Amino acid sequence: MYDKPHFLLAGDRGLLVEFGAAIDPEINRKVRQIFLSLEKVPIHGVTEVIPTYRSILILYDPFQSDPDKLRQEILDRENKLDKLEIPPPETIEIKVAYGGDFGPDLDFVAHHNKLSPEEVIEIHTSGTYLIYMLGFTPGFPFLGGLSEKLFTPRLEKPRQFVPAGSVGIAKNQTGIYSIDSPGGWQLIGRTPIKIYDPTRSPPFLLKAGNYLRFERISGEEFQEIAATHKD
Amino acid sequence: MDIFEVIQPGAYTTIQDRGRFEYQQYGVPICGVVDSFAYRVANALVGNSQDQAVLEATVFGPTLKVLNQGLIAVTGGNLSPFLNNAPLPMWESVTIQSGDLIQFKGVKCGCRAYIAVAGGIDVPVVMGSRSTYVAGKIGGIDGRPLAARDRLNKGKGIAKAGNRVPSNLIPTYSNDIEIRVILGPQDDYFSEGVEKFLSSTFKVSHKADRMGYRLEGDMIMHRDGVEKSIISEPSVPGGIQVPPDGQPIILLVEQTVGGYTKIATIISPDIGKVGQAKPGDRVHFKEVDIEEAHRILRMEEEKIESMKMSLTG
Repeated sequence: MYDKPHFLLAGDRGLLVEFGAAIDPEINRKVRQIFLSLEKVPIHGVTEVIPTYRSILILYDPFQSDPDKLRQEILDRENKLDKLEIPPPETIEIKVAYGGDFGPDLDFVAHHNKLSPEEVIEIHTSGTYLIYMLGFTPGFPFLGGLSEKLFTPRLEKPRQFVPAGSVGIAKNQTGIYSIDSPGGWQLIGRTPIKIYDPTRSPPFLLKAGNYLRFERISGEEFQEIAATHKD
Repeated sequence: MDIFEVIQPGAYTTIQDRGRFEYQQYGVPICGVVDSFAYRVANALVGNSQDQAVLEATVFGPTLKVLNQGLIAVTGGNLSPFLNNAPLPMWESVTIQSGDLIQFKGVKCGCRAYIAVAGGIDVPVVMGSRSTYVAGKIGGIDGRPLAARDRLNKGKGIAKAGNRVPSNLIPTYSNDIEIRVILGPQDDYFSEGVEKFLSSTFKVSHKADRMGYRLEGDMIMHRDGVEKSIISEPSVPGGIQVPPDGQPIILLVEQTVGGYTKIATIISPDIGKVGQAKPGDRVHFKEVDIEEAHRILRMEEEKIESMKMSLTG
Protein backbone atom coordinates (compact mmCIF):
# COMPACT_ATOMS: atom_id res chain seq x y z
CA MET A 1 0.00 0.00 0.00
CA TYR A 2 1.29 3.45 -0.89
CA ASP A 3 1.58 6.09 1.87
CA LYS A 4 -0.25 8.54 -0.35
CA PRO A 5 -2.28 7.59 -3.43
CA HIS A 6 -0.65 8.04 -6.82
CA PHE A 7 -2.55 10.15 -9.36
CA LEU A 8 -2.12 9.38 -13.06
CA LEU A 9 -3.76 11.17 -15.99
CA ALA A 10 -5.89 8.97 -18.24
CA GLY A 11 -6.62 11.41 -21.05
CA ASP A 12 -8.62 14.62 -20.82
CA ARG A 13 -11.53 13.09 -18.89
CA GLY A 14 -9.96 10.47 -16.66
CA LEU A 15 -7.86 10.37 -13.51
CA LEU A 16 -6.46 7.08 -12.23
CA VAL A 17 -5.99 6.94 -8.45
CA GLU A 18 -3.68 4.11 -7.36
CA PHE A 19 -3.55 2.94 -3.76
CA GLY A 20 -0.88 0.26 -4.09
CA ALA A 21 1.11 -1.85 -6.52
CA ALA A 22 -0.15 -5.35 -5.77
CA ILE A 23 -3.18 -7.63 -5.87
CA ASP A 24 -3.83 -7.52 -2.17
CA PRO A 25 -7.04 -7.64 -0.07
CA GLU A 26 -5.92 -4.70 2.12
CA ILE A 27 -5.31 -2.44 -0.87
CA ASN A 28 -8.62 -3.50 -2.39
CA ARG A 29 -10.34 -2.69 0.92
CA LYS A 30 -9.10 0.87 0.57
CA VAL A 31 -10.34 0.93 -3.03
CA ARG A 32 -13.76 -0.22 -1.87
CA GLN A 33 -13.95 2.35 0.92
CA ILE A 34 -13.10 5.30 -1.30
CA PHE A 35 -15.28 3.94 -4.11
CA LEU A 36 -18.35 3.56 -1.86
CA SER A 37 -17.80 7.01 -0.42
CA LEU A 38 -17.72 8.40 -3.97
CA GLU A 39 -20.94 6.54 -4.80
CA LYS A 40 -22.64 7.79 -1.65
CA VAL A 41 -21.45 11.39 -1.81
CA PRO A 42 -20.43 12.09 -5.41
CA ILE A 43 -17.81 14.70 -6.21
CA HIS A 44 -19.12 17.56 -8.34
CA GLY A 45 -18.29 17.02 -12.01
CA VAL A 46 -17.51 13.30 -11.67
CA THR A 47 -19.45 11.27 -14.24
CA GLU A 48 -18.40 7.71 -13.38
CA VAL A 49 -16.14 5.84 -10.96
CA ILE A 50 -14.70 2.41 -11.70
CA PRO A 51 -13.02 0.35 -8.96
CA THR A 52 -10.19 -2.02 -9.93
CA TYR A 53 -7.80 -4.39 -8.14
CA ARG A 54 -5.72 -1.59 -6.69
CA SER A 55 -6.99 1.68 -8.12
CA ILE A 56 -10.05 3.75 -8.99
CA LEU A 57 -10.57 5.26 -12.43
CA ILE A 58 -12.43 8.54 -12.03
CA LEU A 59 -14.12 9.92 -15.15
CA TYR A 60 -15.03 13.59 -15.03
CA ASP A 61 -16.65 16.30 -17.09
CA PRO A 62 -13.79 18.67 -17.98
CA PHE A 63 -16.28 21.55 -18.12
CA GLN A 64 -17.01 21.07 -14.44
CA SER A 65 -13.82 19.75 -12.87
CA ASP A 66 -10.13 19.13 -13.41
CA PRO A 67 -7.43 16.80 -12.04
CA ASP A 68 -6.21 19.30 -9.41
CA LYS A 69 -9.65 19.66 -7.85
CA LEU A 70 -10.19 15.89 -7.94
CA ARG A 71 -6.80 15.21 -6.37
CA GLN A 72 -7.66 17.51 -3.46
CA GLU A 73 -11.10 15.94 -3.02
CA ILE A 74 -9.70 12.41 -2.96
CA LEU A 75 -7.02 13.29 -0.41
CA ASP A 76 -9.71 14.89 1.78
CA ARG A 77 -11.82 11.77 1.50
CA GLU A 78 -8.89 9.61 2.47
CA ASN A 79 -8.22 11.66 5.58
CA LYS A 80 -11.85 11.44 6.65
CA LEU A 81 -12.18 7.76 5.88
CA ASP A 82 -12.65 6.66 9.50
CA LYS A 83 -15.61 9.04 9.81
CA LEU A 84 -17.39 7.63 6.78
CA GLU A 85 -19.99 4.98 7.39
CA ILE A 86 -18.98 2.20 5.04
CA PRO A 87 -21.20 -0.89 5.19
CA PRO A 88 -19.31 -4.18 5.63
CA PRO A 89 -18.85 -6.20 2.44
CA GLU A 90 -21.55 -8.73 1.59
CA THR A 91 -20.99 -12.39 0.78
CA ILE A 92 -23.09 -13.91 -1.99
CA GLU A 93 -23.60 -17.68 -2.40
CA ILE A 94 -23.40 -19.05 -5.93
CA LYS A 95 -24.97 -22.49 -6.39
CA VAL A 96 -22.86 -24.73 -8.63
CA ALA A 97 -23.41 -28.19 -10.08
CA TYR A 98 -19.94 -29.71 -10.40
CA GLY A 99 -18.56 -32.20 -12.89
CA GLY A 100 -20.19 -34.10 -15.73
CA ASP A 101 -21.56 -31.94 -18.54
CA PHE A 102 -21.59 -29.00 -16.15
CA GLY A 103 -17.85 -29.19 -15.55
CA PRO A 104 -16.15 -31.31 -18.23
CA ASP A 105 -12.65 -30.48 -16.94
CA LEU A 106 -13.23 -31.46 -13.29
CA ASP A 107 -11.37 -34.74 -13.74
CA PHE A 108 -8.46 -32.99 -15.43
CA VAL A 109 -8.17 -30.42 -12.63
CA ALA A 110 -8.26 -33.28 -10.10
CA HIS A 111 -5.67 -35.32 -11.95
CA HIS A 112 -3.40 -32.31 -12.50
CA ASN A 113 -3.37 -31.59 -8.77
CA LYS A 114 -3.26 -35.22 -7.65
CA LEU A 115 -6.65 -34.94 -5.98
CA SER A 116 -9.94 -36.75 -6.38
CA PRO A 117 -12.81 -34.85 -8.05
CA GLU A 118 -14.57 -34.86 -4.68
CA GLU A 119 -11.57 -33.19 -3.07
CA VAL A 120 -11.51 -30.52 -5.79
CA ILE A 121 -15.17 -29.73 -5.09
CA GLU A 122 -14.57 -29.68 -1.35
CA ILE A 123 -11.64 -27.26 -1.66
CA HIS A 124 -13.44 -25.05 -4.18
CA THR A 125 -16.58 -24.77 -2.01
CA SER A 126 -14.63 -24.13 1.21
CA GLY A 127 -13.03 -20.91 -0.05
CA THR A 128 -14.30 -17.36 0.33
CA TYR A 129 -13.41 -15.32 -2.73
CA LEU A 130 -12.91 -11.56 -2.89
CA ILE A 131 -14.47 -9.94 -5.96
CA TYR A 132 -11.59 -7.64 -6.86
CA MET A 133 -13.12 -6.23 -10.00
CA LEU A 134 -15.66 -6.92 -12.76
CA GLY A 135 -14.84 -6.78 -16.45
CA PHE A 136 -13.62 -8.64 -19.53
CA THR A 137 -17.27 -9.41 -20.32
CA PRO A 138 -20.21 -7.74 -18.51
CA GLY A 139 -20.34 -8.93 -14.91
CA PHE A 140 -17.35 -11.30 -15.16
CA PRO A 141 -15.72 -11.39 -11.69
CA PHE A 142 -11.97 -11.32 -11.15
CA LEU A 143 -11.76 -13.33 -7.94
CA GLY A 144 -9.00 -13.68 -5.40
CA GLY A 145 -8.59 -16.51 -2.93
CA LEU A 146 -8.29 -19.71 -4.98
CA SER A 147 -6.47 -22.40 -3.03
CA GLU A 148 -3.02 -23.23 -4.42
CA LYS A 149 -4.08 -26.86 -4.40
CA LEU A 150 -6.33 -26.13 -7.41
CA PHE A 151 -4.02 -24.05 -9.62
CA THR A 152 -4.35 -25.45 -13.17
CA PRO A 153 -3.11 -24.05 -16.48
CA ARG A 154 -5.59 -22.92 -19.14
CA LEU A 155 -6.72 -25.32 -21.84
CA GLU A 156 -4.15 -25.68 -24.60
CA LYS A 157 -6.88 -25.10 -27.14
CA PRO A 158 -9.69 -22.75 -26.06
CA ARG A 159 -13.27 -23.88 -26.59
CA GLN A 160 -15.32 -22.12 -29.27
CA PHE A 161 -18.32 -22.08 -26.97
CA VAL A 162 -18.53 -21.91 -23.20
CA PRO A 163 -22.07 -21.54 -21.83
CA ALA A 164 -22.86 -18.62 -19.50
CA GLY A 165 -22.68 -19.68 -15.85
CA SER A 166 -19.69 -21.99 -16.36
CA VAL A 167 -17.30 -21.94 -13.41
CA GLY A 168 -13.67 -22.34 -14.34
CA ILE A 169 -10.06 -22.26 -13.23
CA ALA A 170 -7.17 -20.64 -15.07
CA LYS A 171 -3.78 -20.67 -13.36
CA ASN A 172 -4.32 -19.06 -9.96
CA GLN A 173 -7.77 -17.67 -10.78
CA THR A 174 -11.30 -18.95 -10.58
CA GLY A 175 -14.27 -17.23 -12.19
CA ILE A 176 -17.74 -17.45 -13.72
CA TYR A 177 -18.46 -16.89 -17.40
CA SER A 178 -21.13 -14.18 -17.52
CA ILE A 179 -22.19 -14.70 -21.16
CA ASP A 180 -21.89 -17.48 -23.73
CA SER A 181 -18.47 -16.94 -25.26
CA PRO A 182 -15.32 -18.69 -26.44
CA GLY A 183 -12.97 -19.45 -23.55
CA GLY A 184 -9.90 -21.31 -22.38
CA TRP A 185 -10.56 -21.89 -18.69
CA GLN A 186 -10.78 -25.37 -17.18
CA LEU A 187 -14.50 -25.85 -16.53
CA ILE A 188 -15.32 -27.57 -13.24
CA GLY A 189 -19.02 -26.72 -12.86
CA ARG A 190 -21.88 -24.44 -13.80
CA THR A 191 -24.33 -22.22 -11.95
CA PRO A 192 -27.98 -21.94 -13.03
CA ILE A 193 -28.04 -18.40 -11.60
CA LYS A 194 -27.53 -15.61 -14.08
CA ILE A 195 -24.85 -13.36 -12.63
CA TYR A 196 -25.62 -11.02 -15.54
CA ASP A 197 -28.98 -10.51 -17.22
CA PRO A 198 -29.38 -7.32 -19.25
CA THR A 199 -33.18 -7.56 -19.05
CA ARG A 200 -33.22 -7.73 -15.24
CA SER A 201 -33.06 -4.78 -12.88
CA PRO A 202 -30.40 -4.63 -11.61
CA PRO A 203 -28.60 -6.59 -14.36
CA PHE A 204 -25.69 -7.60 -12.10
CA LEU A 205 -25.59 -9.81 -9.01
CA LEU A 206 -21.97 -9.15 -8.12
CA LYS A 207 -20.22 -5.97 -7.04
CA ALA A 208 -16.52 -5.28 -6.69
CA GLY A 209 -15.33 -5.38 -3.08
CA ASN A 210 -17.89 -7.99 -2.00
CA TYR A 211 -17.22 -11.69 -1.39
CA LEU A 212 -18.46 -14.83 -3.07
CA ARG A 213 -18.78 -18.46 -1.99
CA PHE A 214 -19.62 -21.49 -4.11
CA GLU A 215 -22.29 -23.89 -2.84
CA ARG A 216 -22.60 -27.35 -4.28
CA ILE A 217 -25.93 -28.46 -5.77
CA SER A 218 -26.97 -31.58 -7.66
CA GLY A 219 -27.76 -31.80 -11.34
CA GLU A 220 -31.49 -32.06 -10.50
CA GLU A 221 -31.34 -28.92 -8.38
CA PHE A 222 -29.54 -27.19 -11.25
CA GLN A 223 -32.40 -28.08 -13.62
CA GLU A 224 -35.06 -26.97 -11.12
CA ILE A 225 -33.44 -23.61 -10.52
CA ALA A 226 -32.77 -23.10 -14.22
CA ALA A 227 -36.44 -23.83 -14.96
CA THR A 228 -37.76 -21.35 -12.38
CA HIS A 229 -35.41 -18.65 -13.62
CA LYS A 230 -36.38 -19.09 -17.22
CA ASP A 231 -38.30 -16.12 -18.62
CA MET B 1 -42.99 4.16 -37.44
CA ASP B 2 -41.18 1.97 -39.99
CA ILE B 3 -38.51 3.92 -41.81
CA PHE B 4 -36.05 1.52 -43.44
CA GLU B 5 -35.89 -2.02 -44.64
CA VAL B 6 -32.33 -3.27 -44.86
CA ILE B 7 -31.76 -4.68 -48.35
CA GLN B 8 -28.08 -5.25 -47.76
CA PRO B 9 -26.32 -4.45 -44.48
CA GLY B 10 -22.94 -3.26 -45.80
CA ALA B 11 -19.62 -4.33 -44.30
CA TYR B 12 -20.43 -3.52 -40.69
CA THR B 13 -23.35 -1.28 -39.85
CA THR B 14 -24.53 -0.90 -36.27
CA ILE B 15 -27.05 1.19 -34.37
CA GLN B 16 -25.22 3.53 -31.98
CA ASP B 17 -25.91 6.52 -29.79
CA ARG B 18 -23.56 8.55 -27.57
CA GLY B 19 -22.83 5.49 -25.48
CA ARG B 20 -23.68 3.44 -22.42
CA PHE B 21 -22.54 5.10 -19.22
CA GLU B 22 -22.39 4.17 -15.55
CA TYR B 23 -22.03 0.43 -16.11
CA GLN B 24 -18.29 0.35 -16.62
CA GLN B 25 -17.79 -0.74 -13.00
CA TYR B 26 -19.63 -3.93 -14.00
CA GLY B 27 -17.51 -4.49 -17.08
CA VAL B 28 -19.80 -2.96 -19.70
CA PRO B 29 -17.87 -0.80 -22.18
CA ILE B 30 -19.21 2.56 -23.33
CA CYS B 31 -19.74 1.56 -26.97
CA GLY B 32 -21.53 4.32 -28.86
CA VAL B 33 -20.30 6.12 -31.96
CA VAL B 34 -16.58 6.33 -32.63
CA ASP B 35 -16.72 9.76 -34.32
CA SER B 36 -18.78 11.86 -31.96
CA PHE B 37 -18.40 15.10 -33.94
CA ALA B 38 -19.95 13.60 -37.09
CA TYR B 39 -22.62 11.95 -34.94
CA ARG B 40 -23.63 15.11 -33.11
CA VAL B 41 -23.75 17.11 -36.32
CA ALA B 42 -25.90 14.46 -38.02
CA ASN B 43 -28.39 14.59 -35.16
CA ALA B 44 -28.40 18.40 -35.13
CA LEU B 45 -29.12 18.53 -38.86
CA VAL B 46 -32.32 16.53 -38.49
CA GLY B 47 -33.43 18.31 -35.31
CA ASN B 48 -32.66 15.42 -32.95
CA SER B 49 -31.38 15.77 -29.41
CA GLN B 50 -27.71 14.97 -28.94
CA ASP B 51 -28.23 11.43 -27.67
CA GLN B 52 -30.47 9.85 -30.30
CA ALA B 53 -29.49 6.68 -32.11
CA VAL B 54 -28.09 6.66 -35.65
CA LEU B 55 -26.56 4.12 -38.01
CA GLU B 56 -22.78 3.85 -38.06
CA ALA B 57 -21.64 2.41 -41.40
CA THR B 58 -18.08 1.20 -41.98
CA VAL B 59 -16.27 1.44 -45.36
CA PHE B 60 -19.05 -0.24 -47.37
CA GLY B 61 -22.37 1.30 -46.38
CA PRO B 62 -25.77 -0.41 -46.34
CA THR B 63 -28.53 -0.41 -48.94
CA LEU B 64 -31.77 0.80 -47.36
CA LYS B 65 -35.26 0.86 -48.78
CA VAL B 66 -37.28 3.79 -47.45
CA LEU B 67 -40.68 2.73 -46.08
CA ASN B 68 -42.11 6.09 -45.03
CA GLN B 69 -41.47 9.76 -45.52
CA GLY B 70 -38.72 11.12 -43.32
CA LEU B 71 -35.73 13.37 -43.05
CA ILE B 72 -32.15 12.13 -42.96
CA ALA B 73 -28.63 13.50 -42.79
CA VAL B 74 -25.46 11.63 -43.68
CA THR B 75 -22.17 12.85 -42.17
CA GLY B 76 -18.71 11.47 -41.42
CA GLY B 77 -16.58 9.61 -43.94
CA ASN B 78 -17.61 9.92 -47.58
CA LEU B 79 -18.74 6.43 -48.57
CA SER B 80 -20.47 7.79 -51.72
CA PRO B 81 -24.09 7.89 -50.57
CA PHE B 82 -26.73 7.82 -53.30
CA LEU B 83 -30.44 8.54 -53.11
CA ASN B 84 -32.02 6.60 -55.95
CA ASN B 85 -29.83 7.45 -58.95
CA ALA B 86 -28.28 10.69 -57.74
CA PRO B 87 -25.54 11.40 -55.25
CA LEU B 88 -27.01 12.18 -51.81
CA PRO B 89 -25.58 15.44 -50.48
CA MET B 90 -23.72 14.93 -47.20
CA TRP B 91 -23.70 17.23 -44.13
CA GLU B 92 -27.20 18.41 -45.01
CA SER B 93 -30.77 17.39 -44.16
CA VAL B 94 -32.59 15.64 -47.00
CA THR B 95 -36.21 14.52 -47.34
CA ILE B 96 -36.80 10.87 -48.25
CA GLN B 97 -40.00 9.30 -49.57
CA SER B 98 -41.50 5.86 -49.34
CA GLY B 99 -39.95 3.70 -52.07
CA ASP B 100 -36.66 5.60 -52.22
CA LEU B 101 -33.44 3.62 -52.19
CA ILE B 102 -30.37 4.73 -50.21
CA GLN B 103 -27.11 3.17 -51.33
CA PHE B 104 -23.39 3.59 -50.78
CA LYS B 105 -21.09 3.10 -53.71
CA GLY B 106 -17.63 2.95 -52.14
CA VAL B 107 -15.30 4.85 -49.88
CA LYS B 108 -13.90 8.19 -51.08
CA CYS B 109 -12.45 9.41 -47.82
CA GLY B 110 -12.75 8.55 -44.15
CA CYS B 111 -13.99 5.21 -42.86
CA ARG B 112 -17.27 5.63 -40.96
CA ALA B 113 -20.46 7.38 -42.09
CA TYR B 114 -23.37 8.34 -39.83
CA ILE B 115 -26.96 8.19 -41.01
CA ALA B 116 -29.32 10.11 -38.76
CA VAL B 117 -33.08 10.18 -39.22
CA ALA B 118 -35.39 12.78 -37.66
CA GLY B 119 -36.82 11.11 -34.55
CA GLY B 120 -33.84 8.81 -34.13
CA ILE B 121 -33.55 5.07 -34.82
CA ASP B 122 -35.87 3.47 -32.30
CA VAL B 123 -34.78 0.24 -30.65
CA PRO B 124 -35.21 -0.80 -27.01
CA VAL B 125 -33.00 0.99 -24.50
CA VAL B 126 -30.72 -1.48 -22.68
CA MET B 127 -28.96 -0.15 -19.58
CA GLY B 128 -29.56 3.43 -20.58
CA SER B 129 -28.49 3.21 -24.22
CA ARG B 130 -29.49 1.95 -27.66
CA SER B 131 -25.86 1.34 -28.64
CA THR B 132 -25.03 -2.06 -30.08
CA TYR B 133 -22.41 -3.98 -28.08
CA VAL B 134 -21.76 -6.98 -30.29
CA ALA B 135 -19.46 -8.94 -27.94
CA GLY B 136 -21.93 -8.44 -25.08
CA LYS B 137 -24.94 -9.16 -27.34
CA ILE B 138 -26.95 -6.13 -26.21
CA GLY B 139 -28.40 -2.97 -27.74
CA GLY B 140 -29.33 -2.26 -31.35
CA ILE B 141 -31.19 -5.21 -32.89
CA ASP B 142 -30.52 -8.26 -30.68
CA GLY B 143 -27.01 -6.98 -29.98
CA ARG B 144 -25.75 -7.56 -33.51
CA PRO B 145 -24.87 -5.58 -36.64
CA LEU B 146 -27.65 -4.95 -39.17
CA ALA B 147 -28.69 -7.87 -41.37
CA ALA B 148 -30.69 -8.07 -44.59
CA ARG B 149 -34.47 -7.86 -44.04
CA ASP B 150 -34.15 -5.99 -40.72
CA ARG B 151 -36.84 -3.34 -40.42
CA LEU B 152 -35.89 -0.18 -38.58
CA ASN B 153 -38.28 2.12 -36.77
CA LYS B 154 -37.89 5.77 -35.99
CA GLY B 155 -39.21 7.95 -33.21
CA LYS B 156 -41.18 11.16 -33.69
CA GLY B 157 -39.24 14.07 -35.07
CA ILE B 158 -39.68 17.20 -37.08
CA ALA B 159 -37.12 19.34 -38.84
CA LYS B 160 -36.78 20.97 -42.20
CA ALA B 161 -34.87 19.81 -45.23
CA GLY B 162 -31.98 21.93 -46.45
CA ASN B 163 -30.20 22.40 -43.10
CA ARG B 164 -26.58 22.58 -44.16
CA VAL B 165 -23.25 22.60 -42.35
CA PRO B 166 -21.07 25.57 -43.42
CA SER B 167 -18.38 24.15 -45.68
CA ASN B 168 -15.53 25.47 -43.51
CA LEU B 169 -16.77 23.28 -40.63
CA ILE B 170 -16.87 20.05 -42.63
CA PRO B 171 -13.87 17.92 -41.66
CA THR B 172 -11.52 16.67 -44.34
CA TYR B 173 -10.36 13.14 -43.67
CA SER B 174 -6.77 12.80 -44.76
CA ASN B 175 -4.71 9.61 -45.11
CA ASP B 176 -2.04 11.16 -42.97
CA ILE B 177 -3.28 12.33 -39.58
CA GLU B 178 -1.87 14.06 -36.55
CA ILE B 179 -3.39 12.87 -33.28
CA ARG B 180 -2.92 14.85 -30.07
CA VAL B 181 -2.21 12.89 -26.89
CA ILE B 182 -1.69 13.40 -23.19
CA LEU B 183 1.12 11.18 -21.91
CA GLY B 184 0.23 8.48 -19.40
CA PRO B 185 -1.07 6.78 -17.40
CA GLN B 186 2.02 4.52 -17.71
CA ASP B 187 4.48 6.70 -19.66
CA ASP B 188 7.02 6.16 -16.86
CA TYR B 189 7.39 2.54 -18.07
CA PHE B 190 9.19 3.98 -21.10
CA SER B 191 12.12 6.36 -21.43
CA GLU B 192 13.48 6.84 -24.97
CA GLY B 193 10.34 4.94 -25.95
CA VAL B 194 8.30 8.11 -25.40
CA GLU B 195 10.48 10.16 -27.78
CA LYS B 196 10.32 7.44 -30.36
CA PHE B 197 6.55 7.21 -29.98
CA LEU B 198 6.17 10.97 -30.54
CA SER B 199 8.62 11.17 -33.46
CA SER B 200 7.55 8.10 -35.44
CA THR B 201 4.91 7.70 -38.10
CA PHE B 202 2.77 4.58 -37.76
CA LYS B 203 0.64 2.75 -40.26
CA VAL B 204 -2.89 1.59 -39.43
CA SER B 205 -2.89 -2.21 -39.78
CA HIS B 206 -5.76 -4.39 -40.95
CA LYS B 207 -6.62 -5.11 -37.35
CA ALA B 208 -8.70 -1.99 -36.88
CA ASP B 209 -12.22 -2.02 -35.51
CA ARG B 210 -14.41 -0.50 -32.81
CA MET B 211 -12.40 -2.29 -30.10
CA GLY B 212 -9.08 -0.91 -31.20
CA TYR B 213 -6.59 -0.03 -33.93
CA ARG B 214 -3.35 -1.96 -34.11
CA LEU B 215 -0.53 0.16 -35.52
CA GLU B 216 2.65 -0.86 -37.31
CA GLY B 217 5.94 1.00 -37.20
CA ASP B 218 9.02 1.56 -35.08
CA MET B 219 9.19 -0.68 -32.06
CA ILE B 220 8.47 1.20 -28.84
CA MET B 221 10.71 -0.25 -26.15
CA HIS B 222 9.95 -0.38 -22.46
CA ARG B 223 12.54 0.98 -20.04
CA ASP B 224 15.08 -1.61 -18.90
CA GLY B 225 14.09 -3.50 -15.81
CA VAL B 226 10.38 -2.66 -15.72
CA GLU B 227 7.52 -5.12 -16.04
CA LYS B 228 5.99 -5.00 -19.51
CA SER B 229 2.50 -5.50 -18.15
CA ILE B 230 0.48 -4.06 -15.29
CA ILE B 231 -2.25 -5.32 -12.99
CA SER B 232 -5.36 -5.32 -15.19
CA GLU B 233 -7.28 -2.06 -15.11
CA PRO B 234 -10.02 -0.38 -17.16
CA SER B 235 -9.07 1.85 -20.05
CA VAL B 236 -10.66 4.94 -21.56
CA PRO B 237 -11.35 5.33 -25.30
CA GLY B 238 -8.16 6.65 -26.87
CA GLY B 239 -5.79 4.87 -24.50
CA ILE B 240 -2.69 3.70 -26.40
CA GLN B 241 -1.36 0.35 -25.22
CA VAL B 242 2.12 -0.85 -25.93
CA PRO B 243 2.28 -4.63 -25.59
CA PRO B 244 5.64 -6.41 -25.22
CA ASP B 245 6.01 -6.58 -29.04
CA GLY B 246 6.35 -2.76 -29.07
CA GLN B 247 3.60 -2.12 -31.63
CA PRO B 248 1.01 0.32 -30.23
CA ILE B 249 -2.70 -0.40 -30.09
CA ILE B 250 -5.21 2.46 -29.90
CA LEU B 251 -8.10 1.36 -27.71
CA LEU B 252 -11.53 2.54 -28.79
CA VAL B 253 -15.06 2.28 -27.47
CA GLU B 254 -15.57 -1.45 -26.89
CA GLN B 255 -12.90 -2.11 -24.28
CA THR B 256 -13.18 -2.96 -20.62
CA VAL B 257 -10.06 -4.10 -18.78
CA GLY B 258 -6.55 -4.80 -19.96
CA GLY B 259 -3.11 -5.46 -18.56
CA TYR B 260 -0.80 -3.74 -21.03
CA THR B 261 0.99 -0.47 -20.29
CA LYS B 262 -0.55 2.65 -21.82
CA ILE B 263 2.04 5.14 -22.99
CA ALA B 264 -0.44 7.94 -23.80
CA THR B 265 -4.12 8.75 -24.21
CA ILE B 266 -5.69 10.53 -27.18
CA ILE B 267 -7.58 13.73 -26.38
CA SER B 268 -11.30 13.20 -26.86
CA PRO B 269 -11.83 15.56 -29.85
CA ASP B 270 -9.24 13.51 -31.81
CA ILE B 271 -10.74 10.06 -31.20
CA GLY B 272 -13.12 10.58 -34.11
CA LYS B 273 -10.15 11.24 -36.39
CA VAL B 274 -8.82 7.78 -35.52
CA GLY B 275 -12.25 6.30 -36.24
CA GLN B 276 -12.08 7.83 -39.72
CA ALA B 277 -8.65 6.29 -40.44
CA LYS B 278 -8.45 3.14 -42.57
CA PRO B 279 -5.90 0.35 -42.80
CA GLY B 280 -2.86 1.76 -44.60
CA ASP B 281 -3.40 5.35 -43.39
CA ARG B 282 -0.54 7.02 -41.52
CA VAL B 283 -0.73 8.35 -37.97
CA HIS B 284 1.65 10.40 -35.91
CA PHE B 285 1.23 11.66 -32.38
CA LYS B 286 1.73 15.08 -30.83
CA GLU B 287 1.93 15.70 -27.11
CA VAL B 288 -0.27 18.31 -25.43
CA ASP B 289 -0.62 18.99 -21.71
CA ILE B 290 -3.90 18.70 -19.83
CA GLU B 291 -4.60 22.47 -19.83
CA GLU B 292 -4.10 22.63 -23.60
CA ALA B 293 -6.31 19.55 -24.04
CA HIS B 294 -9.11 21.20 -22.09
CA ARG B 295 -8.73 24.42 -24.13
CA ILE B 296 -9.07 22.40 -27.34
CA LEU B 297 -12.14 20.69 -25.92
CA ARG B 298 -13.80 24.03 -25.14
CA MET B 299 -13.10 25.31 -28.65
CA GLU B 300 -14.59 22.15 -30.18
CA GLU B 301 -17.67 22.50 -28.04
CA GLU B 302 -18.12 26.15 -29.05
CA LYS B 303 -17.81 25.14 -32.70
CA ILE B 304 -20.58 22.57 -32.37
CA GLU B 305 -22.81 24.90 -30.36
CA SER B 306 -22.48 27.76 -32.84
CA MET B 307 -23.23 25.41 -35.69
CA LYS B 308 -26.35 24.14 -33.91
CA MET B 309 -27.44 27.76 -33.44
CA SER B 310 -27.00 28.45 -37.13
CA LEU B 311 -29.20 25.45 -37.98
CA THR B 312 -32.05 26.35 -35.69
CA GLY B 313 -31.75 30.14 -36.05
